[in-house]
Amino acid sequence: MSEALRIGGREYRSRLLLGTGGFPSLELLAAAIAASGSELVTVALRRVDPSARGSLVDVLAAAGVELLPNTAGCHTARDAVLTAKLAREAFATDLVKLEVIGDEDTLLPDAPELLRAAEELVDDGFVVLPYTTDDPVLARRLADVGCAAVMPLGSPIGSGMGIRNPYNIALIREAVTVPVVLDAGIGTASDATLAMELGCDAVMAASAVARARDPVRMARAMRAAVEAGRLARTAGRIPRRLYATASTSNEGLPTLSIPT
Amino acid sequence: MILLNGQDSDVRAGETVSAVLSRLGLAEDARGVAVAVDGEVVPRDGWRSFTLGEDARVEVLTAMQGG
Repeated sequence: MSEALRIGGREYRSRLLLGTGGFPSLELLAAAIAASGSELVTVALRRVDPSARGSLVDVLAAAGVELLPNTAGCHTARDAVLTAKLAREAFATDLVKLEVIGDEDTLLPDAPELLRAAEELVDDGFVVLPYTTDDPVLARRLADVGCAAVMPLGSPIGSGMGIRNPYNIALIREAVTVPVVLDAGIGTASDATLAMELGCDAVMAASAVARARDPVRMARAMRAAVEAGRLARTAGRIPRRLYATASTSNEGLPTLSIPT
Repeated sequence: MILLNGQDSDVRAGETVSAVLSRLGLAEDARGVAVAVDGEVVPRDGWRSFTLGEDARVEVLTAMQGG
């Protein structure tokens, strides 16, 4: 139960990954990271803005977290691979959260490009965590090419719709032996708990925390939710039944009404 | 014309990547910075020696908050 999360030879005590996008300030981001207990946070790679105030890299270094660079905004395997290589240069890490987007409105992954990029990056020595659909077959193919984990979506990025197909998430858990990190769609704490109850090894939350009215409080809620879900999963839930099963025995039940 | 982060720039052919970084106020040991020229990564240890050609497209990137 207290077993660590293992991804690509690394160990994490926390099973909550945090996205850094959408926080109104770096101060709030730092406070949310502390409240979440997260040890692994995502960053994007964008053009240097000489007028930018404060350094995200410095804030994250001070927080003592490991960086998980993403390839957000990439639409082809080629762009994603180049972005991963630039991130490796910038952050001196071989970790990459691989995103290859196939549709602007839903931000759903482009499966063939994703698989191609994953294969290429694994061959180049990267520890690849692909953002994928909730398709168990695609998850298995990604694991087969050597991805260190799979990150299926619960619902579209930033939608807060939770886990729309819990059966598929459970099937993905059965389809692969690498860690399953539920990514995208988390809206509130119960979504994170459900992910863990379904057998996910970790949960990634971004917008759900960053765009909450009180991000620091929501970070705390997510931490507790992931722990609760993990506890419940490992405790083993009771089966669902249509009819009641009395939790109190009828043995020794007195006769209280007067026979007529 | 050399394009720096998508903008026309007064960077000249023959300048090194290091020179471009200093134009942006970045030191050579700046944390969290990566450079691509014409769609290829220029590794940190090549910043001093890599010289830009005519019409080079230079991208200087760093960490940004994101998903």
